[in-house]
Amino acid sequence: MTVLNVTDLRISYGPVQALRGASLTAAAGEVVGIVGESGCGKSTLASALIGLPAPEARVSGRVEVEGRDLVALPETARRAIRGDRVAMVFQDPMTAFNPVLTLGEQLVDFQHRLPAPKAEKRARAAAMLARVGLPDPQLALRRYMHELSGGMRQRAAIAAALLMRPALLVADEPTTALDVTMEAQIIHLLRELRQDHHGAIVIVTHHLGVVGELCDRVYVMYAGEVVEEGTTDEIHHDPRHPYTRALIACDPAHIAGRVERLPTIPGRLPDLTAPPPGCAFAARCPQAGPDCAVPPPRVRVSPTHAALCHRVRP
Amino acid sequence: MLTYAVKRIGLAVVILFTVMLAMYAMVFLVPGDPASLALGPRATPALKAELIARMGLDQPVQVQVWNFFANALQGNLGYDVWSKKPVLDQILEVFPNTLILGVVALGWALVLGVALGCLAVVWRGTLVDTALGILSVSMIAVPSFVIALYSLLVFAVWLNWLPAVGAGTPGDWGSQARAVILPAFAIGITWVGYLARLVRASMLEVMGANHIRTARAFGLSEARIVTRYALRLAIIPTVAILAVGFGAILSSAVFVETVFSRPGIGTLITSAVAKRNYPVVMGTTLFMTAFYLFVVTAADLIIARLDPRVRDVFRG
Amino acid sequence: MSSAADAPLRRPMRLPRLGPMGSTGAVLVAAFLLMALFAPWISPYDPLKLDVMNKLQDPSLAHWAGTDQLGRDTLSRLIWGARTALGIALTSTGIAGAIGLVLGLIAGYGPRWLDGLLVLVFDSLSSLPMIMFALAVITVLGPGTATLILVIVLVSIPGYARLIRAQTLTLKAADFIQAERTMGAGPARILLRHLLPNVVGPLVIVLSMDVPVVIMLEAGLSYLNLGVKPPTPSWGNILYDGYTSLRQQPVLVAAAGVPLVLSTIGFTFLGEGLRDALDPRLKVRPR
Ligand SMILES: Nc1ncnc2c1ncn2[C@@H]1O[C@H](COP(=O)(O)OP(=O)(O)OP(=O)(O)O)[C@@H](O)[C@H]1O
Ligand code: SF4
Ligand SMILES: [Mg+2]
Repeated sequence: MTVLNVTDLRISYGPVQALRGASLTAAAGEVVGIVGESGCGKSTLASALIGLPAPEARVSGRVEVEGRDLVALPETARRAIRGDRVAMVFQDPMTAFNPVLTLGEQLVDFQHRLPAPKAEKRARAAAMLARVGLPDPQLALRRYMHELSGGMRQRAAIAAALLMRPALLVADEPTTALDVTMEAQIIHLLRELRQDHHGAIVIVTHHLGVVGELCDRVYVMYAGEVVEEGTTDEIHHDPRHPYTRALIACDPAHIAGRVERLPTIPGRLPDLTAPPPGCAFAARCPQAGPDCAVPPPRVRVSPTHAALCHRVRP
Repeated sequence: MLTYAVKRIGLAVVILFTVMLAMYAMVFLVPGDPASLALGPRATPALKAELIARMGLDQPVQVQVWNFFANALQGNLGYDVWSKKPVLDQILEVFPNTLILGVVALGWALVLGVALGCLAVVWRGTLVDTALGILSVSMIAVPSFVIALYSLLVFAVWLNWLPAVGAGTPGDWGSQARAVILPAFAIGITWVGYLARLVRASMLEVMGANHIRTARAFGLSEARIVTRYALRLAIIPTVAILAVGFGAILSSAVFVETVFSRPGIGTLITSAVAKRNYPVVMGTTLFMTAFYLFVVTAADLIIARLDPRVRDVFRG
Repeated sequence: MSSAADAPLRRPMRLPRLGPMGSTGAVLVAAFLLMALFAPWISPYDPLKLDVMNKLQDPSLAHWAGTDQLGRDTLSRLIWGARTALGIALTSTGIAGAIGLVLGLIAGYGPRWLDGLLVLVFDSLSSLPMIMFALAVITVLGPGTATLILVIVLVSIPGYARLIRAQTLTLKAADFIQAERTMGAGPARILLRHLLPNVVGPLVIVLSMDVPVVIMLEAGLSYLNLGVKPPTPSWGNILYDGYTSLRQQPVLVAAAGVPLVLSTIGFTFLGEGLRDALDPRLKVRPR
């Protein structure tokens, strides 16, 4: 069953076209990854998925969650869906919680739509903290955020998002703020959670390794567009778009032997206030040709695999 | 929290001691002894000798300092040079008037200032916001005793709506309330401006924070976000400034009380200064410094209650 | 559009863009400065000349703002009052600023123990309610213009010194100072060529925001007969004269408030404008 269906989503901040016609889907029980460099519009997409774009954002297109279009709904209706049917794990767990309320107070607040006494909400919060592996949840409930470690905060953020058992869980860079050991632990936790979470999960990251470990399908984004989509296997073992290939070449896990320094993709993102009329990757693409000055087609490689490039053959 | 409170109170006590010492040193640093200064050039030697003995000025300096501290700690701030009444009694007699004035002034300023600040946040970037900004700065700029004089002229002299002098009849709440309106208006207006700007700035800062976004992402209502998540943080700088403001309120009270001939700390100390009545000036200064330190320390403790991050800074 | 490269070159030469509020303030301040400077030429009468026959006159063509209880021309006294107000305000903030600058640099750049001592003194001084401290000093020294200036200097120094100290400490750790030092620049060179020019900006903003406070204090203390001694024209003295004859001639009080309000508003607007243009993050406490 399709939980999330995004069609031709366009978001701009004044002159900056952060998202230029993205389409994607996610089904119940599925984990979908969204990868791309910094600034390609991942967080912009994520905030639209939970129906909370920045106030200055201009949004068009459709974001359907369980059949209801978040873009078209009035704010009151959107608010009723947020925190209930959709929930989010934010990028920076340090600042994502209120510093002057205890974790417990906030977790109880987040269940405001549940018709239950406060004690029961506290118990549910404690149970969820235990579920995400926080030692001594009762004590953690009484703590302020600055009294918790980075890893504990991130677990708490995940617990908060899972409290209402949302149909769609969006995690924006759930491991970026953490060190390598912590990252491994959180990935382990997310893998465990997907067993008993029946909704769809969308994980936003710039780290291909995270995608490989967690996701069923992947969308690769570049300059506000989805340039390639496919199953995790297809993306890792049969990448078609030159940008995806470059990303994989830069991923430490794919480099055999020792290297002096990690390779990076030369050049940088095009100016999003005036994106090139043709392929946005042309300036950095090793395979670019004269034809790349016109917009590339979306080429289907398999029923699950497609790429946005002149060079890709079905 | 307890450690923090003890440290904070200890600091206040140390400062108070330093201030006492400095006050006493100042009297001895300047040429001429306090007794002749107070009595003026035409005093008879007998009168002077009597005053010197009464003020204990004939004793060695260290004994004087010791007596001063020992007496002050027992609540004895010395005696009026002229009326011979205990200074502390005089202070306690008029202090409630000043306290009432300060609280009423800050109170109405707080209500209106916070309201205007929130209004500016709601209408931010519009003409209303700009107009409120200019209005606030103007309110800050105008001296309170000029407002006092103008309101005295308009409401007491021309319109005759409110009394021009005094603090009202003791025991008569109605007359006391009427007497406090104009002075409190004059003192509070500056604070309306300060608070409006402060609340606007801190609300805008807090409402842009990440955790407000989180609260929105969990579908909390905007009213709940403002009252439970934002205001509690935005109020912290306000509490801090209110305490400092109490010192500023005292300054304006000195002038405004004089304009309305309202019995209070301000009128007490200004008439004492004019008459060089040392014990009253020093006693009042000491009393008000202690009171001011008490307010500031209390505010710090309140802030520590509101903001758990502050108390941990002192814990570690 | 300005680029990062030419910014350092242009910075010292560019006049700050004041905005509508700051410009209004600048115009008012300029007007009062001119009034103070040219008081002898623009005031229609001698501000001290008595004319008891014509006391407490209503405004007329001869006396635009009427006369006071001794028949002196109010307008002339107000114009000369600008000289008193601005003279005292600029002198005392100037002296306090200079001393605060030196003490702040010493605290921020000098030896550790001296820093600790100075900070303790600054903190104790600024934990006194300003007016109480001022009144205590006046009791000891007796009222007068010199005492007034001394009092203002004393109560202002701690704030300025703390500001300069904080700025110095931040700058001391900055990369370009560290680089200078590794290249062998002595303390004098670092202080004069690098620290001084960079700490003066914020100080000027704070000073300009304090001028109206000092004008208020001068007028207030003079009103209480604890500041400038009569018959010297001071807005505070004129307000007091007006207060004593409030019921016979309300014009005196009404007129004397006008220049006081306009000048404090002018200086405050100018200070706000300067702050917004140069250093929007600078926090200024009420006093
Ligand atoms: N509120 C905003 N106002 C203006 N521009 C914005 C805003 N938020 C994002 N942008 C711009 O939109 C583009 C996409 O930003 P976004 O945060 O979505 O990228 P991202 O892929 O999440 O990057 P990162 O990996 O650094 O988080 C960037 O050019 C960014 O500067
Ligand atoms: S369309 Fe052309 S420029 Fe764009 S990715 Fe394909 S080959 Fe490269
Ligand atoms: Mg992001």
